[in-house]
Amino acid sequence: MKTNDLIMQTTTKVVFFIIFLFSIHIFFAGHYTPGGGFVGGLLMSSAIVLLLLAFDLKTVKEMLPINYTVVTAVGLLISLATAAGSIFFNVPFFTHVYDYFYLPLLGETSIHTAMFFDTGVYLVVVGVTMTIIQMIGGDE
Amino acid sequence: MSFIFAIFLPIIATLLIPFLFKKVSSIHTGWFVLLVPVVLVIFYGTYIPSIMNGSTYLDELPWIPSLDISFISYLDGLSLLFSLLITGIGALVVLYSIFYLDKKKEKLGNFYVYLLMFMSAMLGVVQSDHLISLYFFWELTSISSFLLIGYWYTRDRSRFGALKSMMITVFGGLMMLGGFLILGIIGETFSIRELIGQASALSGHDLFVWALVLVLLGAFTKSAQFPFYIWLPDAMEAPTPVSAYLHSATMVKAGLYLVARFTPIFALSEVWIWLVTGVGILTLFWGSFFAVKQTDLKAILAFSTVSQLGLIMSLLGIGSIAYHVTGDLVTTFTFATFAAIFHLMNHATFKGSLFMIAGIIDHETGTRDIRKLGGLLSLMPVSFTIALIGSLSMAGVPPFNGFLSKEMFLEAVLNLQHFDLYAMDSWWILFPIVAWIASVFTFVYSLYFVFYTFRGKHKPEQLPKAAHEAPIGMLVSPGILATLVVIIFFIPNFFGNAFIKPAVAAIQPLAYQVPTDVGFTIKAWHGFDSPALYMTLGVFLVGYLFYKTIPKWSAVYNTIPSKVSLNGMYDGLMRLGDSGANRFSSIYMTGSIRNYLVYMFAAIIVLLGGTMWIKDAFAIRFDNLAPIRFFEILISIILIVGTITILVTKSRLTAIIALGAVGFTVALFYIIFKAPDLALTQLVIETVSVALFLGAFYHLPKLNKHEKGKEDRGFRLTNFLIALGVGVMVTLIAISSHSQKLKLSISQYYKDTVYSEAGGGNIVNVILVDYRGFDTLFEISVLTIASLGIIGMITLRLVKKKGDRKIENK
Repeated sequence: MKTNDLIMQTTTKVVFFIIFLFSIHIFFAGHYTPGGGFVGGLLMSSAIVLLLLAFDLKTVKEMLPINYTVVTAVGLLISLATAAGSIFFNVPFFTHVYDYFYLPLLGETSIHTAMFFDTGVYLVVVGVTMTIIQMIGGDE
Repeated sequence: MSFIFAIFLPIIATLLIPFLFKKVSSIHTGWFVLLVPVVLVIFYGTYIPSIMNGSTYLDELPWIPSLDISFISYLDGLSLLFSLLITGIGALVVLYSIFYLDKKKEKLGNFYVYLLMFMSAMLGVVQSDHLISLYFFWELTSISSFLLIGYWYTRDRSRFGALKSMMITVFGGLMMLGGFLILGIIGETFSIRELIGQASALSGHDLFVWALVLVLLGAFTKSAQFPFYIWLPDAMEAPTPVSAYLHSATMVKAGLYLVARFTPIFALSEVWIWLVTGVGILTLFWGSFFAVKQTDLKAILAFSTVSQLGLIMSLLGIGSIAYHVTGDLVTTFTFATFAAIFHLMNHATFKGSLFMIAGIIDHETGTRDIRKLGGLLSLMPVSFTIALIGSLSMAGVPPFNGFLSKEMFLEAVLNLQHFDLYAMDSWWILFPIVAWIASVFTFVYSLYFVFYTFRGKHKPEQLPKAAHEAPIGMLVSPGILATLVVIIFFIPNFFGNAFIKPAVAAIQPLAYQVPTDVGFTIKAWHGFDSPALYMTLGVFLVGYLFYKTIPKWSAVYNTIPSKVSLNGMYDGLMRLGDSGANRFSSIYMTGSIRNYLVYMFAAIIVLLGGTMWIKDAFAIRFDNLAPIRFFEILISIILIVGTITILVTKSRLTAIIALGAVGFTVALFYIIFKAPDLALTQLVIETVSVALFLGAFYHLPKLNKHEKGKEDRGFRLTNFLIALGVGVMVTLIAISSHSQKLKLSISQYYKDTVYSEAGGGNIVNVILVDYRGFDTLFEISVLTIASLGIIGMITLRLVKKKGDRKIENK
């Protein structure tokens, strides 16, 4: 069945990026205000789901040729590596460190190893959600 | 190079293999791999002189310091001999495999990774002084053996053989771990050297015999002793280099190593002497008798290996009698240990070459079936020469090294008459008789192996390939081994001083302080008054007669029904385990998601409700509550209406949308109660899951398929009861937890520390990534596993099997 979703498709093209940017914002904001890797990842997935609804699975696969299993694996690795990295500094597994830096444009910024861990969470959530939706949606 | 590093060198080298195999494909990966054992054999070789003088070396690397577990490498005569065997035979096997395995057709990457992994594991076994790390390496050898046997994993028999060896050796390994733990507990140390020091104190303990039997189970399964030998013939499905290496020269000798290493601890027990000697001699006979029945060249060699391992085992058992006697008798029995180690070395040389020859025949003719072979003498003269040397050595014919150790064996068994404890004085005569009969069959199968293959009529029409001599590279390794067979015969005492005496001194520390104390010399000629000489001559004579008449008496093998055989028992046990597990799990794994939900919800009601009932934890108090606001009532109404809609609607689409509405309403509640993080998550989750539902919509069964029919009423009633029960339970728990605050809330702690300790502002997120980071780490791991599961479930649909494949034992 071929439907003509012109309005939906045109809107999606814009909204997708807004949601995407919002998910990045939420991800970084997470440490001080509501948000975090988990919600960020889910938002990102919902943006892709919106694409899926507006277009179809095949088109979306062409637009975003991403292997979500790899995304999941990379995310899990990042998280594990962050947690395991502390071993090399002779502190217990999963010890986080943080400090405040002055970065151009951003000003006083905190950099926290938890952020890297959260990056992993973000990627795993995107990867897993999209894998499941693609698998079930694409199944004949 | 430290000793620990030397152990791990092969496994470190495996990191390079995939790269070398993929990128440098013009050169056979084996050439690079060959460097590792060659370097190691030179490294260990430099320690021969100092070990000969009685030095030992110790190296330690902490592994789990909090549990006092570490890798301790202890190099003495026994470990050095084994390390040299592992690396020396390893080098020859790798060299041979370069010509045996085609670099284009075979997955060399896998092969050499497994092989190097095995090398590390085996070095670890023979050098570990810590029982736990010994166990660790022990199981690693089982795993690498499993992978190597299953190397051609598309073949049913390979997988069957791999599984069988794994089942049996890992069973033994676990038993051994039990024995180790007992030893560790009663000795209060896991160090073998320290345990040896307090052996006499240990032997009085009640659990000592248990430890002994459990450790022996490990040794017997690994070294393919009766009745556990059945995995070894099936392990012959492995590529021949593997059979030559793991299943004749090294891994199967790990059990012998274990027995030798633990002799100073366990030899004080009578049970040890009887078990080791008895099982050894029984295995010797059993293996040699059934070797003649086999028609596959490698199966003959497998049974012969079983039998030879039994021989060495029994010698080690006789050797441990030295701990029970005094005076001159001590050397009478340490002589058996000496013979055991000598034969162990000889066996590695001649059996290794024979296996390689079997591989060559398989490679050049396409079959290993001895019934199809014959008359290869003129076509493959070099292979024949090597095979003849190996076989005659195995049969115990001079001038080959097997003759020397075989005579020593017979002599050692005859020495049993000098021991008059533990009922040995009335039973000892059995041992020489069985040993002699077994030697006759050894002689028979040795001749059978070489002459049925190379003599007789050539049958080119039955061979898949036209037979011709193997390439020179393939003949190098067996050639070297065959040369050693001859050299050892002529200068046995050189090898005796360099390798065997240090090993014997390590096994018999009470009798010998340093290796040079061991006063044996190996002689080919003992004079006319030696009874072993007449036994040997008898073996030759009777053996030759039996060999000539094989066709006449081989029918005797068919009289043994296959069902009562050990293989039949193994198969039955496996089937029983399979079907039992199947039957048990199919009781509750029905495949219907409704049943699973019933289990879960029923568990909530029974476990939670039951616990709270028993603890009398129900409490309902409505004091200290905030006033209910108008819009809260409004949202609650929406929630209830939405829920009822799901229940009564006839259309699934309506149900999905109503479910979404319920979810969004819950999100609203979160907002009202000031939980923005939860609200945000709930909103997005709800969106995504509604989309997911729509995706799966097409596949779901009809909503109202239970609406008709007689069972309808009961079905709906159970649903109703369970739903009601869960609802009531959750409500009661919520109210009870509000009504009685037994513990202080943890939130204050988070509030106090979130900025100062964790450097964050949002407690919820900091809990996720920091305070309870482990939870999150495991959660994302579970998510990943779940997504892989879904991929598996959808892409690999369960298809109905087209007839069960069944593999029977030969």
